[in-house]
Amino acid sequence: MLAKIHVTLKNGVLDSQGKAVHHALNDLGYSEVQDVHLGKYMEVKLKGLSKEEAEGRVIEMCEKLLANTVIESYRFTLEPAE
Amino acid sequence: MKCGIVVFPGSNCDHDCYHILKHVHQLETHWIWHKDEVLDSFDFIVLPGGFSYGDYLRPGAIARFSPIMKSVTDYANKGGRVLGICNGFQILVESGLLPGVLMDNAGQRFICKDLTLRVETNETPFTSQCTTGTVLRIPINHGQGRYFTDSDTLKRLKDNGQVILRYCDAKGGTPEEANPNGSLDHIAGVANAAKNVMGMMPHPERCADPLWNNVDGQMIFKSLIESSLAHS
Repeated sequence: MLAKIHVTLKNGVLDSQGKAVHHALNDLGYSEVQDVHLGKYMEVKLKGLSKEEAEGRVIEMCEKLLANTVIESYRFTLEPAE
Repeated sequence: MKCGIVVFPGSNCDHDCYHILKHVHQLETHWIWHKDEVLDSFDFIVLPGGFSYGDYLRPGAIARFSPIMKSVTDYANKGGRVLGICNGFQILVESGLLPGVLMDNAGQRFICKDLTLRVETNETPFTSQCTTGTVLRIPINHGQGRYFTDSDTLKRLKDNGQVILRYCDAKGGTPEEANPNGSLDHIAGVANAAKNVMGMMPHPERCADPLWNNVDGQMIFKSLIESSLAHS
């Protein structure tokens, strides 16, 4: 299984990097840019698990280490690994 | 009196802390490698600053799973005094020993500068030798020091007197420009509910050697030493 995980800041938490990128895009003339959010993307390859098992394990990994749930939320998809 | 300094791969203020505790304050000071596991004989423990595990993922996120952190947690839960400085503070919040989180500085810059802090309470082992309201001059040196927590936790911290240090101006006021990194409510240091664990972003070990003009950092170490004596 391949887990593709996105970790982003929760709504209402100041995303200072997103803000800086937002300003930079506006400065470059992309005035249509309304908001930018930066986050992390991770790929975690898992062996020997069914999709159901993998889901539980990935949630555990996110809660324990990959996201700091005080400020970050996570979402992921699972697909068969190549 | 016996104190210990925990060394993680990537700690880089460990020698400064060691120097201040051993040579300036004349304590029996020990290195504690992050793979060690026993802490019971120490009067207090310092988690020093630096970039443990390269700050990968989030500062402190990986260090908190070092073998020693289980012992630090047990030690703290038994009432042992633990001081986390800078990266040490980040490790303490990641481990859940302290509430909140330390995020990227609001200005997106790494900040290394001398600044002033207000001691919000002297009813802790870390500030017992200060007068409440005293202004200390202690430098910061971090990229991720913006303290943040949800409003319920902030209220609880305030109600319990767990906010120990705030960024302030030279007179102890807290105008917006005296907040270097955008920390919530100017918070520079917090303690746990029992007040035996404190984390602070500023570096007291960098202004505690009498060879330098400023020795304000000694107040934190003197407090720790005096309160340890009182309990031993």
